[in-house]
Amino acid sequence: MHDLVTKIIESRLPSTEVFRGLRKHRLALIGAGIILVLIFIAILAPFIAPHDPIEQNLEHRLLPPNAEYPLGTDNLGRCILSRLIHGTSVSLQIGVIVVGIAATTGVTLGLIAGYRGGLVDELIMRIVDVLLAFPGIILALAIAGILGPSLYNVMLALAVVGWTSYARVVRGSVLSVKEKEFVEAARALGAGEARIMFRHILPNVTAPVIVMATLGMAHVILAAAALSFLGLGAQPPTPEWGSMLNDGRAFMRTAPHLTIFPGLAIMVTVLAFNFLGDGLRDVLDPRLKGAAR
Amino acid sequence: MTIQDGVLLSVKGLKKYFPVRRGVFRRIVGWVKAVDDVDLFIPEGETLGLVGESGCGKSTCGRTILRLIEPTAGEILFRSQRLGQVVDIAKVGKNELKLLRREMQIIFQDPYSSLNPRMTVGDIIGEPLIVHQVARGKEKENRVKELLEAVGLKPEHMQRYPHEFSGGQRQRIGIARALALDPQLIICDEPVSALDVSIQAQVLNLLEGLQEEFHLTYLFIAHDLSVVKHISDRVAVMYLGKIVELAETEELFTHPIHPYTEALLSAVPVPDPDYKSERIILQGDVPSPVNPPSGCYFHPRCPYAKPVCSEEPPTFQDYDGKHFAACHFAGELSLRGVKMK
Repeated sequence: MHDLVTKIIESRLPSTEVFRGLRKHRLALIGAGIILVLIFIAILAPFIAPHDPIEQNLEHRLLPPNAEYPLGTDNLGRCILSRLIHGTSVSLQIGVIVVGIAATTGVTLGLIAGYRGGLVDELIMRIVDVLLAFPGIILALAIAGILGPSLYNVMLALAVVGWTSYARVVRGSVLSVKEKEFVEAARALGAGEARIMFRHILPNVTAPVIVMATLGMAHVILAAAALSFLGLGAQPPTPEWGSMLNDGRAFMRTAPHLTIFPGLAIMVTVLAFNFLGDGLRDVLDPRLKGAAR
Repeated sequence: MTIQDGVLLSVKGLKKYFPVRRGVFRRIVGWVKAVDDVDLFIPEGETLGLVGESGCGKSTCGRTILRLIEPTAGEILFRSQRLGQVVDIAKVGKNELKLLRREMQIIFQDPYSSLNPRMTVGDIIGEPLIVHQVARGKEKENRVKELLEAVGLKPEHMQRYPHEFSGGQRQRIGIARALALDPQLIICDEPVSALDVSIQAQVLNLLEGLQEEFHLTYLFIAHDLSVVKHISDRVAVMYLGKIVELAETEELFTHPIHPYTEALLSAVPVPDPDYKSERIILQGDVPSPVNPPSGCYFHPRCPYAKPVCSEEPPTFQDYDGKHFAACHFAGELSLRGVKMK
């Protein structure tokens, strides 16, 4: 037992320091806790939802919260709680997929632009400038509009809009990291360009990317909800939080629970990711300055 | 390609000019002559010290020899064991260069920025083995342990990250990495300048011990004359991208024949309370390498300058067989050196 403890202490990975730092950050912990709960809800949705999310029951239209339907029913008599529970996985998937595509693309292009410099850099960064010159949500709206309304097109549109900020941040960090002597040392050993970029530079620029990706999740979930609200995203009967808001709009006065609960779900999720992102930034940033010392 | 017997590295007419660009169109408006026509050679197993002020081109010279910076002109002849012949590093292709990287390595000045903070010590030292496909897995691990012991660290340090070590220990890690591929030539780019004085001696002794053990040849770049005196067989003095004097260590320190060397030597502190220091304070600053003075680069600051010095650049030539200098009056001036212990 004692051996094991010393072993763990000796193999202090930088990541354990991140967890130790986060422990002191209460809001970030709350955020991480909520996200964990959301993930469980998303995975277990079929088992914990009291009703089928798309089953219509026109006899029970627009019921306020009651014992049978804890959060009431919508205009087609569907259980709002069940729809929210199933919508969790939709929203989380949107977040993960969009941020995943955007961050991978952005990080790779930023890495290449920063490391290679010259014409390649100019080309990539001018494309970034052009994309950033449009308001993001409007550009996404236009792309999703052209591609046609569907959840996948919305995700694609958000990824196309989203990768630019990752590319910018990564390029900036690469410019400073590539001047470090350990990069020169790698060149002196005969390491190839790919090895230098991905083994030496990339691990030293990930800290801001992790923070951006976490905050980006919140932004993407919100943007996807907004596009679904406008009818471009998830199509009925998919239980998506944004489109649920849209469906409930007409009944806001008579049955406010149709909009209040999906709104709360979006708010809680977005806040949770923001809390975690802020916490990660606090923990990673001081190390960021010292990371490549 | 000719190279004397027993000589490992011979550099001839090495130049590195960096363009100075201005304006919207990045027009080239001038050149920084960081390394300007450098000639030197190092016999196998010896140490050549390279000294000079900050910004005189010492480090650029070292990096150009390794082709970490592409030379503008010149020959870098190297007796390669692996290729079994003398090659011109300045002209070899990409694949040959990668092979040559196994035979020439570099130790950096800053023990903090020269190690990747995201890699373990084992990965850092083992990387050259992976890159050149020399060893992997268990074999690599054993070699890394061997290297750690050779530089005075413990094998169990493999799993740790660089930030867990002190400056001197980090420098040892950097040395182990340079040794991993059994190189012949190591360029030491001010390897002790960033260290505590007490640690400097340890690292210097380590470098000397390793030289003997592995028959290494060093190009030792430094600005600390006492360090250079201690470790070098021969010393080259650099000023504004040119080598102004090159001789065996004792000869250079006791009988300098270039006025710049004399001025540098007069700045060496002497640990003797009765010694009356007669420092030669050079007038003015180091001129800009973008727009160097006419004739001899040193003439505006030289206490012995004569009219010819501002008109004609002196040639770097041999006086009495082993003592080289670039000064019009090298043989005539009687200059003061320092006493060797």
